[in-house]
Amino acid sequence: MNFPLNKDAWDAICLTLELAACTTVILLVLATPLAWWLAQTQSKWRAPISALATLPLVLPPSVLGFYLLVAMGPHGPLGQLTQALGWGVLSFTFTGLLIGSVIFSLPFAVQPMQNAFEAIGKRPMEVAFTLGAGPIDAFFSVALPLARPGLLTAAILSFSHTVGEFGVVLMIGGNIPDKTRVVSTQIYGHVEAMEYAQAHWLAAGMLVFSFSVLLALSLLRKRIGQVLP
Amino acid sequence: MHRLSKITAWVTALFCCSLQVGAAELSIAVAANFAVPMQKIAQAFEQETGHKAILSFGSTGSFYAQIRHGAPFQILLAADDETPIKIEKEGLGVAGSRFSYAMGKLVLWSKQPGLVDDKGEILRTGKFERIAIANPKLSPYGTAAMEALTTLGLVQEIRPKIVQGENIAQTYQFVATENAQLGFVALSQVLTEGKIAQGSGWIVPAKLHPPIQQDAILLVRGTDNPAAMSFMRFLRSDRARLLTRSYGYE
Repeated sequence: MNFPLNKDAWDAICLTLELAACTTVILLVLATPLAWWLAQTQSKWRAPISALATLPLVLPPSVLGFYLLVAMGPHGPLGQLTQALGWGVLSFTFTGLLIGSVIFSLPFAVQPMQNAFEAIGKRPMEVAFTLGAGPIDAFFSVALPLARPGLLTAAILSFSHTVGEFGVVLMIGGNIPDKTRVVSTQIYGHVEAMEYAQAHWLAAGMLVFSFSVLLALSLLRKRIGQVLP
Repeated sequence: MHRLSKITAWVTALFCCSLQVGAAELSIAVAANFAVPMQKIAQAFEQETGHKAILSFGSTGSFYAQIRHGAPFQILLAADDETPIKIEKEGLGVAGSRFSYAMGKLVLWSKQPGLVDDKGEILRTGKFERIAIANPKLSPYGTAAMEALTTLGLVQEIRPKIVQGENIAQTYQFVATENAQLGFVALSQVLTEGKIAQGSGWIVPAKLHPPIQQDAILLVRGTDNPAAMSFMRFLRSDRARLLTRSYGYE
């Protein structure tokens, strides 16, 4: 019996998982301080910056993708920056896709973390300060552990959202095997070319995988969501 | 006096209604490469007949899939002849309604003036990072481009630099934003007033690839639709052919 998923399909799957994992890691690093600042600050910049961080949620992905294509091109602002830094033009590369994914999934990382930080309230941090902790120490030993469920939610959402990313990749991907051919565009390509069998297998495979991961994480959340003394 | 004005009002209203009833709408699926000439042709058609053509642009391959699954188009203007032949065979198109409306011309084009010479030598020197081609699975222009590269014996060299556009419109997009230094696009996309106005291009000689014969076909949903049949006639008229030719087709 023919193995239903051929090499192209596996390559696309590995690439998708790599992209989702890298995006999640980068977002956890970038979004945590941003979410903390948004939760704590009284500054007048809070509202506009919060709106900017939520913007990718509202923009149609194809619009985002198209403007990224223009911005990353040799005459766009991003393209000129990367060329000056010696990185060349980023469209049609994995790095370009990564940047697109980080922007696209940013609200999915910031929102849950911001809510978790806000839910902590001021009391625990105040208590930490009275006990002599510096702000960084207090953040890492008090705020972050208390916000753990929010962090996990942010990671789950960023990962899944990136796995499902389609419009942005379609615009800036160029369908290059091993670099920008992810599962979502691969399935679309199969459907367009009427290769329905391949499309079904790939879609089913990703469905099973995603469901299992989310189920596992959901069960894990219940356990580590409990605040440890 | 009162009754006369009432009758006049009614007759006028009925007359206006009948004018509206004469003018119908029809939806046409058009291959992406023919977008610009088609808009002019649809305008001319509306001027002449009062019928309004609603146009959808996309790749021939995806239209075929959509039509098979019941998409509500009445006419298809494909970028090849194979797809309309398939459609006719599968009973999705009206037998005998297929005809050739244009012969497509492929051009290797770059936004940078001076990059593409008029013999296409740039393909051999390879002094570029990325070249855009439409997905050959879905676009006859993509197939023609790959055939041309095969005939020139350059496929192995060029393959690592290829980025694929989903259709010829996206391929053009990649080249126009200079994300790809050059690419194989439809001549009609870069022709303004009979000349390649911007950048540099090489019109790929027809002998390097199989002819891009573009056929139109009346779909089953267009049967007995007077507007659809009127359009098929109009597309064969001198006025439409003149417009088509002015955009670089044959």
